[in-house]
Amino acid sequence: MGRLPTLPMRMTDLIHRQILPLGARPHLMQLQQVGKVFNGGVTALHDMSLAVQEGDFISLLGPSGCGKSTALRLIAGLSTPTSGRISWEGGKGAGDLGVVFQEPTLMPWATVAQNVFLPFRLRGKSFAEVKPEIDEALDLVGLAKFADTYPRQLSGGMKMRVSIARALVTNPRLILMDEPFAALDEITRHKLNTDLLALRERIGCTVIFVTHSVFESVFLSDRIIVMAARPGRVIEEVQVTAPYPRDEVFRTSADYAAHCQVASAALHRAMGEAA
Amino acid sequence: MSVTTPTPALDPEEAKRLRDARIERVAKWVLPALVLVLLLVGWDRLVVWNEIPRYQLPGPLVVWEQLVKDWRMLFEALLVTLQITLMALAVAVVGGVGLAVLFNQSRFAEMSFYPYAVILQVTPVVSIAPLIFIYVENRTVGLLLCAWIVAFFPILANTTLGLNSTDHNLRDLFRIYGASRWQRLRYLQLPSALPYFLGGLRIAGGLSLIGAIVAEYVAGTGGIGSGLAFRILEASYRLNIPRMFAALLLIAVSGVVIFAGLSFLSHMLLRKWHESALKRES
Repeated sequence: MGRLPTLPMRMTDLIHRQILPLGARPHLMQLQQVGKVFNGGVTALHDMSLAVQEGDFISLLGPSGCGKSTALRLIAGLSTPTSGRISWEGGKGAGDLGVVFQEPTLMPWATVAQNVFLPFRLRGKSFAEVKPEIDEALDLVGLAKFADTYPRQLSGGMKMRVSIARALVTNPRLILMDEPFAALDEITRHKLNTDLLALRERIGCTVIFVTHSVFESVFLSDRIIVMAARPGRVIEEVQVTAPYPRDEVFRTSADYAAHCQVASAALHRAMGEAA
Repeated sequence: MSVTTPTPALDPEEAKRLRDARIERVAKWVLPALVLVLLLVGWDRLVVWNEIPRYQLPGPLVVWEQLVKDWRMLFEALLVTLQITLMALAVAVVGGVGLAVLFNQSRFAEMSFYPYAVILQVTPVVSIAPLIFIYVENRTVGLLLCAWIVAFFPILANTTLGLNSTDHNLRDLFRIYGASRWQRLRYLQLPSALPYFLGGLRIAGGLSLIGAIVAEYVAGTGGIGSGLAFRILEASYRLNIPRMFAALLLIAVSGVVIFAGLSFLSHMLLRKWHESALKRES
């Protein structure tokens, strides 16, 4: 007797990795003594080492000029290090990275769905083929109803959500975020922070998040890399041991305040060194 | 009597704003029409009161009569001119966009040829046209070449600007996703350049008409299949001033129609996303 054909049900790739506790996470990629000197002789980043594990939510925290954006560009492959090396566990593939910039960076001539489709389109996939992934990504950021809207019609926060959906639609191994919420008002920023954590809880993505806000970094991440300027370099790492899921209750807890104090002190040391 | 819910009274300021908006909407059409009527009446009175003979300055009614009388001949001439104009515009679009893409893709091609595109543009077509008609046997090809020289540059310049105006972050994003050159051109640069191209197209539409007319003047030879410019020349030799005005009217109307058509095209292509085509609620 032959087996019954299975229903043509389709699970999308977006589901879903499990986040293991710190220390038990498998290795993902690392920076080994990476440095970047620009043509003018300015050292943007000096001797940065960082091991990224699967499931990490890492914040790069520091004053402007500390090389945090430079580090992100190096990891993204948008510029090449002048010293040291960046290596990926098992090599780096085409869909390994998702990126969210400071601005939403959407194509104004394309609908929300078409914008989220972009990473797939550039890999030669057809829209119909990846429609389930696109729908799920939009659903995850709460924009399922806006698939056919143009970016022009969306608010700043909604545009950022589209940008996030685009970054995670290919289910990348690592998502880079370069001060994504810096230009938003505080209410929207808090909402997006909470939603971002909920999202991570569901899909278990690994994130490197650049910010200059102590509060944002403590709320979001389990590892904070504190950096100093001139030359840009890593000063120390602060671990935020508070368990996920974190929500508005966590934001007002004593635990949160204590962690903020630790991170803030580290940042002050970094800025003191730089001065 | 049925009960109706009373409409909420508009406060005076809101009412005034609405009234102003309505007045502006009407004035946009009425004012230019009024100016036209005044001009025509003034022109007519000027001719009648000063008893100017029609071989010096015909009145508007005489011009209209002439237009109706010569309609067959003038309309045929118009078609000839329009044909050259539209063909030149089409070739200008292909040439302008083609060169812009080529220059964008190859720095060396740009370095090599851009200066000559500029030279071609800044040299008045009237001075090149006689040479063209010496070396180009086919009259239509000659006319087309002249009109193209005038029309292609705004498309080239604007499209080039557009192709180079892509958002830097989007460009980075395309790099991160490993987009090929072709993909970047197709999905990023060409859409970014579209509004710029359409701006250039509107200018080129008017210029290709000018180019076609100028080329006809220079080409000169008449007979069957000559355009409006030749009809004007011919009428001027015969002191048929009303016909000159009638032909001129046709040329002006064609120019307006071309501009309006291209503006409409531009609006339709951009209305969903581009700032220029969106109405803001205030």
